[in-house]
Amino acid sequence: MYDLSKVVVTSSPHIKAADDTRSLMLDVLIALVPALCVAVYTFGPRALVLTAISMLACWAFETIYNKIVGQPNTTGDLSCLVTGVLIAFNVPVSAPWWMLVFGSLFGIIVVKMLFGGLGKNFMNPALGARAFMMASWAGLMTTWTAPHASLPVLGKVEMTDAIATATPLAALKTGALPDAGVAELFLGQTGGVIGETCALALLAGGAYLLWRKVITINIPAAYILTVAVLTLLFPMGGVDRVQWMLSQVLSGGLMLGAIFMATDYVTSPVTPKGQIIFGVGCGLLTVLIRYFGGLPEGVSYSILIMNTLVWAIDKATHPRKFGYALDKKKEAK
Amino acid sequence: MVYSFRGGIHPGTHADPGFKAATNTKPIEKLALPDQVILPVSMHIGAPAKPIVSVGDTVDLGQPIAEAGGFVSAPVHATVSGKVKAVEPRLHPNGTKVLSIVIENDGEDRPHESVHPYDFAAMTNEERIECIRSAGIVGHGGATFPTHVKIQSGIGKCDTVLINAAECEPYITSDHRLLLERPEEVVGGLKMLVDIMGVQNAIIAIEENKADVFPGIEKLIADDPRLKLYPLKCKYPQGAEKQLINACTGREVPSGKLPADAGCAVFNVDTAGAVYRRFTTGMPVVRRVVTVSGSAIAQPKNLEVRIGTQVEKLIDACGGFKEAPNKLLMGGPMMGVAQFSLEIPVFKGTNAFLAFCGEEDKRVPDPQCIRCGKCIAACPMHLLPMYMNVYGKKEDLDNSVECGMMDCIECGSCAYVCPARIPLVAQFRLTKSKIQAKRMADKAKAEAEKAKAEKK
Repeated sequence: MYDLSKVVVTSSPHIKAADDTRSLMLDVLIALVPALCVAVYTFGPRALVLTAISMLACWAFETIYNKIVGQPNTTGDLSCLVTGVLIAFNVPVSAPWWMLVFGSLFGIIVVKMLFGGLGKNFMNPALGARAFMMASWAGLMTTWTAPHASLPVLGKVEMTDAIATATPLAALKTGALPDAGVAELFLGQTGGVIGETCALALLAGGAYLLWRKVITINIPAAYILTVAVLTLLFPMGGVDRVQWMLSQVLSGGLMLGAIFMATDYVTSPVTPKGQIIFGVGCGLLTVLIRYFGGLPEGVSYSILIMNTLVWAIDKATHPRKFGYALDKKKEAK
Repeated sequence: MVYSFRGGIHPGTHADPGFKAATNTKPIEKLALPDQVILPVSMHIGAPAKPIVSVGDTVDLGQPIAEAGGFVSAPVHATVSGKVKAVEPRLHPNGTKVLSIVIENDGEDRPHESVHPYDFAAMTNEERIECIRSAGIVGHGGATFPTHVKIQSGIGKCDTVLINAAECEPYITSDHRLLLERPEEVVGGLKMLVDIMGVQNAIIAIEENKADVFPGIEKLIADDPRLKLYPLKCKYPQGAEKQLINACTGREVPSGKLPADAGCAVFNVDTAGAVYRRFTTGMPVVRRVVTVSGSAIAQPKNLEVRIGTQVEKLIDACGGFKEAPNKLLMGGPMMGVAQFSLEIPVFKGTNAFLAFCGEEDKRVPDPQCIRCGKCIAACPMHLLPMYMNVYGKKEDLDNSVECGMMDCIECGSCAYVCPARIPLVAQFRLTKSKIQAKRMADKAKAEAEKAKAEKK
């Protein structure tokens, strides 16, 4: 009597939450908007153009790869756009546009798609791309322009003394406090890669991700606190410890890395305890590289190194299953 | 204080938490007697009952028509008066054909001579338990474990009796309406259960979204210091036995053990009601309240129906379908069993029948895990669903067990929150069956070797 022709029989559960992969990635993109706005304010429209080129390149490479391999298009999950934004956020604003295209090529094709696409890659694609660009064009990756310098929107940047600057990390490397004060660092009015300078905007994005329950606080908190504690305990060059600690925490890529890169789902642990270990490990490595390494910045390599340990950390930090401690206690008796 | 457990999910929308708005204000309606009832001999966990009537027999309401097939079993009673039309396999909500007794209703609703009130106070404990056993009372929350077995195995081990009124499954409101409209049955049944079990501590655990029932319950329990009302934070799967015990007492049922091992006996709202009705009226289990809801149902309702009524009659009473349904469910949307026919009967554990016509299911082709870890945060058993899926797919059975496969209660919280829409529970069921098959094979092999060694 009733029309049951559309009825399907499946395993439970039969309802699902509203959030899906696409909506989570969209939330991450939204959370990156404040930092992008500050970048455009600080470094000019070139920051926006480079970000757009990088997003477009990532989208194009993922599309082309899927076409060649003959698999369904996966760009709908928007993760390639997140990678695009993060690649752009990891280069100086003076970088040429073609370098971003090569970076996107490496990040999407080599780091992500060749390993099986979203969820299968063991390294953060954007950080893989950054490492690739650092290795290939070290000079271009470490040339810094001062905030509010007038730069061509797309063309080649001719470096002059007038627009060149040093990043706060260069000063910290020598054991001196940077010229920029804590307030300037917090508001991002310093040299640095496009997306890293403004701690305030990045924290606002992080707060949005926490509120939307996209990320948990474990990794960012463990990461930032570890750096804070270590730099507070071991200041270099006899400067004021608190000033030193705040400068270390607010300089370089720490906020960007801790909030947006170390929390990348695919390349971070899934157990709460594992996430804390991961964050502490990232913090420890960051401080070690900043203090003793050859480079002034250590965030990206710290995260990449910890990325490779994720499965081992997960395996070592299985949570206590419900109903198990009781058994153990009884056995002990 | 509001009680709860760690993990779990909050199904529903902000405007309609738990999707209960369609029926939680609708009074229980009695469904007109059906022309026929279909009574499967398996409406409980355990051995099937054995029919004691044959085709052509005249039976009365409440007359035993099948006797228990063992200790863990329950008898079946005629739920209408009339003539036995058939004793043959019929479609069961579990998807197979099960031996069933079909009774043609004569419309007289003539009670059987065995149906008479009992003097609870004058009975010995053995008589009381036998009275519950012979009434065919089983867990009415859906698990359908025979109540007399739970009582007998719990006496001496349990110090706490819980009434599970969490009703955490979305859409279902049958327990809510019973607590609101017939609290005296639930509390009365609980008092009897507490007497039988000889415990000093009884808890009625109700989620806060049913706060309108608190005054009625509080009034009824005020005279008995053994009884307490615990409000629970709304969260799924709070009504799962282990989670409910943990929320109310802080105890954890050890892995692979029963609630009695944590000193608790948990009874459903309507199970307590059935106990009360048995002693006060003598009537065995012949009816129950079923919530009929879901996006495809024209007029969602709470219906009181005779057990054995075919689901089609319930749909008729709710104005039919708004739109052709794409999913039919016996039970709730989280743990209910998908159906393909409306011929199936309401059985003792049927608390709801749902029909969906929208995108509730959200299945996607080829889902990919993004390792977000939401499944791990949601798991009320504190397992690693993400890794259970990885190892299960690879048939790495040892590692899947290490990640918690055999402790999974299949509540579906992980699959509900999964943004990639991975059918986690389906994978776990498959892997569990493989593990069980392997364990049996290993056991058989060990026994064969032992036999060989003994021969030598």
